[in-house]
Amino acid sequence: MTINAEQPIHFSRTHRLQWEEAQQKNVILYPEGMVELNQSSAEILKLCDGTRTLAQIVSTLEATFSTSGLTNDITAFLEVAIQNGWINQN
Amino acid sequence: MAGLIKTKPTPPRWLLAELTYACPLQCPYCSNPIDYANYKTELDTEDWLRVLTQARKMGAVQLGFSGGEPLTRKDLPELVKHARELGYYSNLITSGYGLTEEKIIQLKEAGLDHIQVSIQASSQELNDHIAGTASFTHKKEVAHLVKKHGYPMVLCVVIHRENIHQMPEILAMAEELGADYLELANTQYYGWAHINRDLLLPTQAQFEKAEAIAQAFKERVAGKMKIYYVVPDFYEDRPKACMNGWGTTFLTIAPDGVALPCHSARELPGLECPNVKDYSIEEIWNESKAFSYFRGIEWMKEPCSSCDEKEKDFGGCHCQAYLLTGDMHNADPVCSKSPHHKVILDAIDSAAKSALSANEKPLTFRNSKNSKLLS
Repeated sequence: MTINAEQPIHFSRTHRLQWEEAQQKNVILYPEGMVELNQSSAEILKLCDGTRTLAQIVSTLEATFSTSGLTNDITAFLEVAIQNGWINQN
Repeated sequence: MAGLIKTKPTPPRWLLAELTYACPLQCPYCSNPIDYANYKTELDTEDWLRVLTQARKMGAVQLGFSGGEPLTRKDLPELVKHARELGYYSNLITSGYGLTEEKIIQLKEAGLDHIQVSIQASSQELNDHIAGTASFTHKKEVAHLVKKHGYPMVLCVVIHRENIHQMPEILAMAEELGADYLELANTQYYGWAHINRDLLLPTQAQFEKAEAIAQAFKERVAGKMKIYYVVPDFYEDRPKACMNGWGTTFLTIAPDGVALPCHSARELPGLECPNVKDYSIEEIWNESKAFSYFRGIEWMKEPCSSCDEKEKDFGGCHCQAYLLTGDMHNADPVCSKSPHHKVILDAIDSAAKSALSANEKPLTFRNSKNSKLLS
């Protein structure tokens, strides 16, 4: 599964992204499971709110962190995310 | 004291709240203790609210409402609501019996994250026989409603010799019902499953055939449905890393408030499992004898203590060691290095003979009458 550049990306309705105070990190929760996220993964997923396409997520993060050249890393992560069902497009 | 360690243990992540031993079903592989009918008292609502708060504060995040049948507790919506406010991801582990659309909506509004429905087989006749209750049609209806109301739908089927031949039909049923997750749980032989083992344990050939079918299905539905496959440990060479390591991750609270490092642990002798009515979750987790007993590797004897895999499987399951060798400090006899491994081979042999026998004895169903007779 790959990311469609035209369509906005939204976080899965059947998963939950939340900050865990005890672990001091963001996690994804789903039936009987949990994935611990590093900070950059969490920042990407927070922007998957159904209003932004891949290019818009990249430009938002490049602006936020005053950097460039994030396209490949973000695309690779989002492909893993869509395969795991954390995000959807349609 | 064996296994007592000085460093602060990792906090619990998983809380299993066994709200009640009451259940309308009578599954002959139930993981509740054989003598469950002797435990009549149940924690009240205030106790459960306090337990949820205390465990969450320590870092528990996955919460299972289980039993028995958790739907028999009238205060379930209140507990779910409190769990959601605390930030738990809450899982309802149910037979589906008694679950109406109204209740499904009410629990969703209270903040329940997911409903796991168990189905005993792919045909009405076998499902109702195994469950000891006419429930098949209603369970399928519940599965549809769970899906309709936006919950991730997890279908759980416990696999054993009576239904393993239905693997293709079970998979087709999961697909037809639109399951997001399918848990294929090979029976674990504790509690009621232990006494029914000769009638439930499939042969190695049956396991291998069923596993190959499930594996091919898993590849075909990748991306649409996730498969959780609970391995049949009697046919493994090494034991499972039980509970991800004793007292590292999982905390079970039994209906009467006894805190257990695993849901079978109340069968183990001399652990003195503490009750949440007497101690806080923090005291129980960090300071009780029961939770520190098998932490780490200091408790081990041979062949575990010199084994290079001891930090991988922690010696396996202590309940299984106790049940099958009489000593919970022994290595799990599933391990081929165990000097008691022969008990596993004998169990497999005995079950195979029973399967071929013309006058197979009947299953012992899990109900209060049998519980009182057997305890």
